[in-house]
Amino acid sequence: MDYEVIIGLEVHAELLTDSKIFCCCTTEFGGAPNTHCCPVCLGLPGVLPVTNEKVIELGVKAALALNCEISPYSKFDRKNYFYPDLPKAYQISQYDLPLARNGYLEIEVDGKTKKIGITRVHLEEDAGKLVHSETGSYSLVDYNRTGVPLIEIVTEPDLRSPAEAKIFLEKLKSILQYAEVSDCKMQEGSLRCDANVSIRPMGSKEFGTKTELKNMNSFKAVQKGLEYEVKRQKKLLERGKKIIQETRRWDENSNKTYTMRSKEEAHDYRYFPEPDLPPIVLEKGYIEEIRKTLPEMPYDRKKRYIEEYGLPEYDAGVITSSKALADFFEECVKEYVDAKTVSNWVMGELLGTLNAMDKEIDEIPLTPKHLADMLKLMDKGTISGKIAKKVFKEMMETGRTPDEIVEEKGLKQIADEGELSKIVDKVIADNPKSVEDYRAGKKKAIGYLVGQVMKETRGKANPQLVNKLLREKLES
Amino acid sequence: MKITKKDVEHVAMLARLYLDEEEKAKYTRQLNSILDYMEKLNQLDTEKVEPTSHVLPIKNVFRKDRVEESLANEEVLANAPDKENGYFKVPKIIED
Repeated sequence: MDYEVIIGLEVHAELLTDSKIFCCCTTEFGGAPNTHCCPVCLGLPGVLPVTNEKVIELGVKAALALNCEISPYSKFDRKNYFYPDLPKAYQISQYDLPLARNGYLEIEVDGKTKKIGITRVHLEEDAGKLVHSETGSYSLVDYNRTGVPLIEIVTEPDLRSPAEAKIFLEKLKSILQYAEVSDCKMQEGSLRCDANVSIRPMGSKEFGTKTELKNMNSFKAVQKGLEYEVKRQKKLLERGKKIIQETRRWDENSNKTYTMRSKEEAHDYRYFPEPDLPPIVLEKGYIEEIRKTLPEMPYDRKKRYIEEYGLPEYDAGVITSSKALADFFEECVKEYVDAKTVSNWVMGELLGTLNAMDKEIDEIPLTPKHLADMLKLMDKGTISGKIAKKVFKEMMETGRTPDEIVEEKGLKQIADEGELSKIVDKVIADNPKSVEDYRAGKKKAIGYLVGQVMKETRGKANPQLVNKLLREKLES
Repeated sequence: MKITKKDVEHVAMLARLYLDEEEKAKYTRQLNSILDYMEKLNQLDTEKVEPTSHVLPIKNVFRKDRVEESLANEEVLANAPDKENGYFKVPKIIED
C-alpha cells in the first residue's frame, strides 16, 4: 500500500543577545563550566527574574520574518519537570498565550512553491548541558547555557517527506540568519530540531499515530532519522502491528531510532502562569517599528541579484541561501565588477572547499577584498587561472593577501616571450617523439608539449603564450 | 469526590513526594475540600471577566541587554553536594 508521510517540526533557536533572558550573565558559547551563572539562572531562592528587552525585540522580529501574527498580550508560564539540567525544576516558557501565531514559510519543492504553516513562535529559556562520565556511573552538569534565550518555532503538520523537512529547515535557518535573530550554528547547539512523524494510507483523512524524534544534530540527520522512522512505521503497519505514540532517539552511529523510555507522566508539565514575570503587552506601533528593521529576505535578494547583477537564477539561489555568503559576494562585487566571475569562484572553489572543510564562510580568514584582488591579478595576467586556484586555497587557509602569496611563493606568471621561448626550445628538444607526431599531423600532441612547459615552469607559464610559441616553432 | 486517590498518587509522583496510605487518604480529603470551596466561584457569572494570568496591574517590566559579572565557579558550586572539575556531579540519568 502507498502511504502518505506527515511531518511537523519543533525548532529551537538561540537568540543573538549579549546577556541571558532573565539575568545579566553572558550568553557566550563555551567558557569554563559553570562560570556564566548567577543566583537567578541557578534558581537560588529569593531571586527575581527580569526579562531582557532585546529578547522580546528579536522574538518579534523572528516571528514577523515568519509571517506570524504577533500577540498583543502574551505571558510566561512555568513548565515543571525534574531533570538535572534544569536547576529550578521548572523551565520558564510560554504555554497558552505565546508571543506569536499563524505564520508560514514558503519553500521550493520540485520547482513548485509550497506554504508550510507556522503554528506558533514562543519564548523560553534554555536548559543546562549534561556531560555523561565515561564510565557512565554519574553525570556532570554545566549551567552556562541555562537561561540563554530561545525561540521555539512549531510548524503545522504540513511537510510530506523527510526531504521536504530538510528543505524547510534550510530555508528557516537562512531566514533567521537574514533577520539576524540567531546565528543558527547547529554544531554549537544554537539551532536544534525535533520532529513529529506519522504515516497514513494515501487518500485517508485521519492522521496515523505519531512518534517524536529527538537528538538529530544536523539537517542531514533530521532527514535520515525521519527516513528511518517512516520505514519503521511502514513495516509495523504492513505486519498488522500498531504504532505506539512515543519519543524516539536518533542514534547517529547505528543509523536507527530507539525508544526513550520516559514514563507517560513525564509529559504532564503542570504549566501555570509565572508569577514573577508580568505579562508582555505589545503595541501596534512597537511591532511596526520592528517590522521596519527587517532586512531584505533571501527571496528578495535573489531577485535583486538576477536583475542587478545579471546572475543566472541558479547562481542567485545558491549564493543567497546563506546570508553570510551573500554578504561576502556583495562585498566582493563592490571591488570587482564582473559579478558572474565572482559568482563562479564563490560557488565553485569557495563553496567546494568550505564543504570539504565542513566550515562556514565566517569561520575562515578569507575576505571579499582578497578574492577581488586575486581576480584583478588574473585579469592583469600576473597569475594564471591554475595558479589562482592555489593562491585562493592559501588565502582561505591563512587570510593573507594574494599579492603577498604570489610574491612569497614566486607564483608570478611567466609572460616574457624571451624567457618562455627558451623553455619551449628545451621541451621540443627533449620530446622528439611528440614533435614528430605533431608534424606528422597528430595535432593533439601539442597538448602533451604544453603540459611539459607548464611542468618546467611549475604552472606559471602563460598558457596562451606557450601555445602560440609552440605552434610557431613546430610549424616553422 | 472529584479528586481520587489515584490523582493524589499521580501528583505526588510528579512532585517526587513519597506518601504513605494514611497521607494519601488525608490529602485526597483535603484537596477535595479545597476544590469544593473553589467551586463556589462557579456560582458567579464570569462571562465577561478576562482570565487573570497575573495578579498585579503591571506589564512590560524589562531590563537592558547588558552583561554583568557572573559568580566565580567556586561560588556557583558552593552549595553543590558533589562536584568534579568545575561541574556539578549528579547521579547518572537513565534515558534509554
